[in-house]
Amino acid sequence: MAIQDRGIASVLLAELVAGLGLTFRYMFKPAATVNYPHEKGPLSPRFRGEHALRRYPNGEERCIACKLCEAICPALAITIEAEAREDGSRRTTRYDIDMTKCIYCGFCQEACPVDAIVEGPNFEFAAETREELFYDKEKLMANGDRWEEEIANNIALDAPYR
Amino acid sequence: MTDFWSGYFWPTIITILEVLLIAVVIAVSMAYLTYFERKVLALMQRRKGPNVIGPFGLLQPWADAVKLITKETIIPSGANTAIFLIAPMVLFTLSLVAWAVIPFGDGMVLANINVGILYLFAISSLGVYGIIMAGWASNSKYAFLGGLRSAAQMVSYEVSIGFVLVTVLLCVGSLNLSKIVLAQQHLWFFIPLFPMFIVFFISGLAETNRAPFDLPEGESELVAGFFVEYSSMSFALFYLGEYVNMILMSAMTSILFLGGWLPPFGITPAHAPYGTIWFVLKVCFVLFAFLWVRATFPRYRYDQLMRLGWKVFLPLSLFWLVLTAGVLVWTGWLPVGA
Amino acid sequence: MIVQAICFYLFAAVAVASGVLVITARNPVHSVLFLILAFFNSAGLFVLLGAEFLAMILVIVYVGAVAVLFLFVVMMLDIDFAKLREGVVRYLPIGATVGIILAVELILVFGAWAFAPAVNQSLAAPMPQAHVTNTAALGDLLYTKYAYAFQASGVILLIAMIGAIVLTLRHKPDARRQNIAEQVSRNRASAIELVKVKTGEGVGEGQGVR
Repeated sequence: MAIQDRGIASVLLAELVAGLGLTFRYMFKPAATVNYPHEKGPLSPRFRGEHALRRYPNGEERCIACKLCEAICPALAITIEAEAREDGSRRTTRYDIDMTKCIYCGFCQEACPVDAIVEGPNFEFAAETREELFYDKEKLMANGDRWEEEIANNIALDAPYR
Repeated sequence: MTDFWSGYFWPTIITILEVLLIAVVIAVSMAYLTYFERKVLALMQRRKGPNVIGPFGLLQPWADAVKLITKETIIPSGANTAIFLIAPMVLFTLSLVAWAVIPFGDGMVLANINVGILYLFAISSLGVYGIIMAGWASNSKYAFLGGLRSAAQMVSYEVSIGFVLVTVLLCVGSLNLSKIVLAQQHLWFFIPLFPMFIVFFISGLAETNRAPFDLPEGESELVAGFFVEYSSMSFALFYLGEYVNMILMSAMTSILFLGGWLPPFGITPAHAPYGTIWFVLKVCFVLFAFLWVRATFPRYRYDQLMRLGWKVFLPLSLFWLVLTAGVLVWTGWLPVGA
Repeated sequence: MIVQAICFYLFAAVAVASGVLVITARNPVHSVLFLILAFFNSAGLFVLLGAEFLAMILVIVYVGAVAVLFLFVVMMLDIDFAKLREGVVRYLPIGATVGIILAVELILVFGAWAFAPAVNQSLAAPMPQAHVTNTAALGDLLYTKYAYAFQASGVILLIAMIGAIVLTLRHKPDARRQNIAEQVSRNRASAIELVKVKTGEGVGEGQGVR
C-alpha cells in the first residue's frame, strides 16, 4: 500500500505542491528583518564594539598606564608608552589601538583594573581608508566622552553578574 | 506616387510606431518584473525587499538602470571582441522580435501570420545563440561551461515543448495564435491537457534558464555562468533579454493553455479593453508562478536535469500527443482544416 | 513590388556572402556563425516565396537544433592551424584531382540545364488553392501522395539514430549510477536502526550501519 501511495503522490507531484504551499503561506507572515539604517535590533549590555577610553566624573582620565591590556591583547593591537606627568602621576603619552588587528575579544576591558579601556556599544565605525582605523589616544578619549552615558549604563547593568 | 504613400509609406510609419509602443511597454514591464521578483522573493523569505528608492521602492528599477548605464564596459583582453559585443544584442533582439505575433487582445496583434506558433518556437530556439556566443567569446572557463550547459539544456527541453505545441495544435487545427485563443472559448486547454500544461510550464522554466534549472548561470558554481565577464550595458542587455524571455514564455503559456484574452466564465466581454486586461492578468499570474517556483525549489543537478528532459518529459509528451490524437479521431472532435 | 525586390536582393546577397565566408573564415566558430546567417537568409527567401512553413521549419530544425550542435562541437575542438597546414603540399594532388572532377561535373550539369515542361505552370501558381495555407497544402501532399516516401525517410532517420546510440553507448560495469526509485523509496524504517550501546563495548561489527 505504501508503495502505491508513494507512487500516486509522486505522479501528482504532491511534495512539490506541498513545498509551494509552504512558501505561499510564508508570503503572509511578517518580515523577520528590520529596516536597518532606520531601525536597529537590540544590543546586549555585554556587546563588544568600538573601543573607548573613559574618564572619572571629575574629568581625570582613568588609565594609569599599567599596560595589562597591551600584555593580554592576543592580536597585539595595543601599543602604550607611559611617562610621569608634572604632578607625578603615571599616565600614558601614547595609547594606540590598531582596529584592523583587533579581534574584539574583550580581554583588554577584562584586564583593566580601573575600567578605563572598554568596548562600547558602537558598531558603525566603518572607514574609507585603512589609516582611519589606526586609533590614537585622542580618538579613544573622544569616543569615551561621546559614549560615556551608554557605557556607564551597560557596566551598571552587567555589574550584578560579575 | 499616391500608391507609394498610401501603399508603403504610411503603413510602414504606423507599423514602426506600433513596434515602438510594444517595445516600450515590454521594456517597462521587464523593469518592473525585476522589482516584482525581488519583492515576491523577499516576502517569501520573510524579508522586506527594495523599499528605499521611491514609495515602496518603486523607483528601484530605474536606479538600477542608471547604475548599469553609467558603469564602464569592460572587454576581457582574451575575448573575441566582435562576438563578445554581438552576443547580448542577439539575445535582446530575439527576445523582442518574438512579440510581433503575440495577440494582446481580439485582433490586437502586430503580425497575424499563419504560422505564428512556429515563429515563436523558431525565435525561442534561436535564443540559445546569444548565450553560446557570449560563453565562447568571453574566453573564460566559467562562461564557456555556462554556454555549453545552456546549449544542451535548451535543445533538450525544446523537444518536449515542441510536442506540447503539437498537442495543442491538434486540438485547434491552426498554427495561428489568435485562432488558438478563439478555440478555447468553451474550455481553456489547461483543463483537458493538464499534464501537458505542467510539462510546458516546467520546460518553459528550463528554456528561460530560470530556477530550479538555472545551471547556465549557477551563481554558486559558475559565478554567473555565461555572462560572468560582462559589465555595464552589455550585462544589462542580458538581464533584459532574460526577463523579456520570461514574460514571453508566460504570454505563450497564457495563450496556449489559459485562453489568452478570453475572460473566465465569460464574466466580462472579451473585446478591446477587457480582453487585454485579462491577458495581462494571466501573464502576471504565470510570472508569479515563475517567481514562486524560484523561491521554493533548489537547483537541479545537471544529470537530473537531462534525465527529466529526455527520460520523463519526452516519453510523457509523446504519449499524450498520441493519446490526444487518438481521442480526437475516435470521438470525431478533430478540427478540420482552418 | 519594389520592396519585395529589395528584400530579395538583400537576403540573397547576404546569403551568398555568408556562404563564401563560411569557407574562407579562419576561425571555425566564425564559419559556423556565418553558416547560421546563411540559413537565416535562406529562410527569408522562403518567406518571400510565400513558403512561410518551410521558412520556419528551416529556422527551427537547422538553425535551432543542427547548427547548435555544430557550434557545440566546433567550440570544444582545439584546432591547431599550423599543424593543419603541414601536409598541404603532400595532399595537394589528390585534393586538386577531386576538385577538378567536381568542377567538371558542375559544368556539365549547368551546360545541360533544362526546365521541366510543367515548371512554368507551377511557378505561376505556387499554391494549390488561394484559401489553403501552405502548411495545409504541404500536409495534404505529404500524407497522401508521398506518404510512403515520408514514412521511409522517417524509418531511415530512426535507424540512423539507433545506430548512433548503439555505437556510442558504453556500459561501464564499475560506474556507480543513481537509482532514483531506490532512493525515493527509502524511509525511516529501512534507513535507521536504533542500537542500545553498552558503555565500554561499542557498536558490534556491521551494527548500526546500513
